[in-house]
Amino acid sequence: MKFAVAVYPGSNCDYDTFYVIKDVLNKDVRFIDYRETKIDNVDCVILPGGFSFGDYLRPGTLAAHTPLTQAVVDFAEKGGVVIGICNGFQILTEAHLLPGALLPNVHGKFVCKHQYLKVENTDTIFTKKVKKRVLKIPIAHHDGNYFCDEDTLKTLKENNQIVLRYCDKDGNVTKDANPNGSVENIAGIVNKKGNVFGLMPHPERASENVLGSLDGLFILESVIESL
Amino acid sequence: MLIKFFIRPRKGVLDPQGRAVAESLRSLGFDNVKDVKVGKYIEVYITDIPKEEAEKHAHLMAKKVLVNELIEEYEIQIVENT
Repeated sequence: MKFAVAVYPGSNCDYDTFYVIKDVLNKDVRFIDYRETKIDNVDCVILPGGFSFGDYLRPGTLAAHTPLTQAVVDFAEKGGVVIGICNGFQILTEAHLLPGALLPNVHGKFVCKHQYLKVENTDTIFTKKVKKRVLKIPIAHHDGNYFCDEDTLKTLKENNQIVLRYCDKDGNVTKDANPNGSVENIAGIVNKKGNVFGLMPHPERASENVLGSLDGLFILESVIESL
Repeated sequence: MLIKFFIRPRKGVLDPQGRAVAESLRSLGFDNVKDVKVGKYIEVYITDIPKEEAEKHAHLMAKKVLVNELIEEYEIQIVENT
């Protein structure tokens, strides 16, 4: 089981993600530079959080057009497992590996806090080991307001592609529990094939007791068990 | 040769920047402000080619990178002899 963590100019959660895989989960992991054109000998690629290319033009856009992301598209098309966290999620939508877009938060503010998340689908390779209905994982973003048109939303629902929704601590998906204005409180989705996962919360920031939550490990451990 | 891109949020897509600017303008006494949309203006300078061809290039650039048509709309303007 080999992981690779993408590094774009402006990625800033790359080392945290690398650390959790290597030192907390004891798995093989390497960094992969945005100029690389091939992804060899890797089972799962993680696009980390941050502000790739300074969020210039739109968050994730310029990163989506790098050689590495084009290689990630090929990798995903061949069935490779891809996770996009925060800015990584934005990159995946801009690269059309996931539907929809991430708009600026409805209130115009950056949000940085622990967030409760309802697990809507545990039948994915990213959530099969999740033992709780409600997870507590930090979010930290300015553009996390998931948007898609009605047809896309319908398709997401029909195929059970909505994996995580923002909720309160009891698992109620309410408007008050929505931190950014996302359509139907969407916090994370998978593609139709189920091998690409994008989420705004940061599992790597909820992976040791000292961080206040271990819930992020469920996601990474699910992937490890699946592959 | 210059291509000008005028990009703005699509109708019905939330524009928190526009809303904040509208509120600010109203607070300054501009009571007649109904709505504000904040977009982007991009200038792309290219080597001289026939105008028709430049338009094709411009739309390709827009669709490939400059604009996300799910959330934005755009117009182009070609300026020759720049």
